[in-house]
Amino acid sequence: MLTDLHKHLLNDFQRDFPLSVRPYQEIADTLGVTEDEVLAALTDTAVQQYISRIGPVIRPNHIGVSTLVAMAVPEEHLQTVADKISAYPEINHNYEREHRLNLWFVAIASDVEHLNHFINEVERETGYKTLQLPLLNDFFIDLGFKLDLNHA
Amino acid sequence: MDDIDRRLMHATQAGLPLTAEPYQRLAEQLGLSAAEVMARLTAMQDQGIIRRIGAVPNHYQLGYRFNGMSVWDVPDGQIDELGRQVGQLPFVSHCYQRPRHLPEWPYNLFAMVHGKTQTEADSQIAQIADVLGTANRANQVLYSTKILKKTGFRSP
Repeated sequence: MLTDLHKHLLNDFQRDFPLSVRPYQEIADTLGVTEDEVLAALTDTAVQQYISRIGPVIRPNHIGVSTLVAMAVPEEHLQTVADKISAYPEINHNYEREHRLNLWFVAIASDVEHLNHFINEVERETGYKTLQLPLLNDFFIDLGFKLDLNHA
Repeated sequence: MDDIDRRLMHATQAGLPLTAEPYQRLAEQLGLSAAEVMARLTAMQDQGIIRRIGAVPNHYQLGYRFNGMSVWDVPDGQIDELGRQVGQLPFVSHCYQRPRHLPEWPYNLFAMVHGKTQTEADSQIAQIADVLGTANRANQVLYSTKILKKTGFRSP
């Protein structure tokens, strides 16, 4: 159950999180509550996984190189292949999607050589070809995402 | 961006510590001062390396169960302008140009949408189609049926 404080914390502080010695105090002052209440509410949203974290969101490809990868895997082998792929530390997202290309993941490595090596390894280990879709252009100006929390 | 910046980014990817002085806590982990941590975060924001600092909501857990990867085939000559317009729609959470792989994959523009219902997601897709107009030569939406792994950024 989300309280009004949770909702403000989720929606109002997706960007411009204070860069000051006591940022939670600053947020508390803005919302008219105490620092302890802010910390407790944020801990609660993290425990309940309403937020994945509070912190800096990095523009893609500023640290290391990454690519989106798609694979077409027969349904009966999908879970096995997906588990194999998710186990790699180079993978940070892995989704099943409704399409002939049904497995979609993001691979990240320190440089292009390591990334290519990793993709080759995935193809060898799983026995399936990959389609590589690296980012060419980022059109998104990330100002956070306005959440509708009326019924959350 | 130097090695200290990279270590700082790595240290923040699990989340800023939920303690009264989180930058001081990070500073202690990295052998820096809190002032230097804040100065480096500010500098990386100014350089565009950091997009934003704040809460990263978990859409799925907040009821946004319809996570659609919409993909579009638009003329390369128009993609910068169209991508910019689509990227500004309030419900779009990522908007990228990616390479085509013909003939199997003709799509070059990717936009992620998040809806609480199928109807809401469909209406978001229709709004993107409106923005693209006749430049939209083909499109598809790939909904996720299962999240198999999702972690924050990790340093390679």
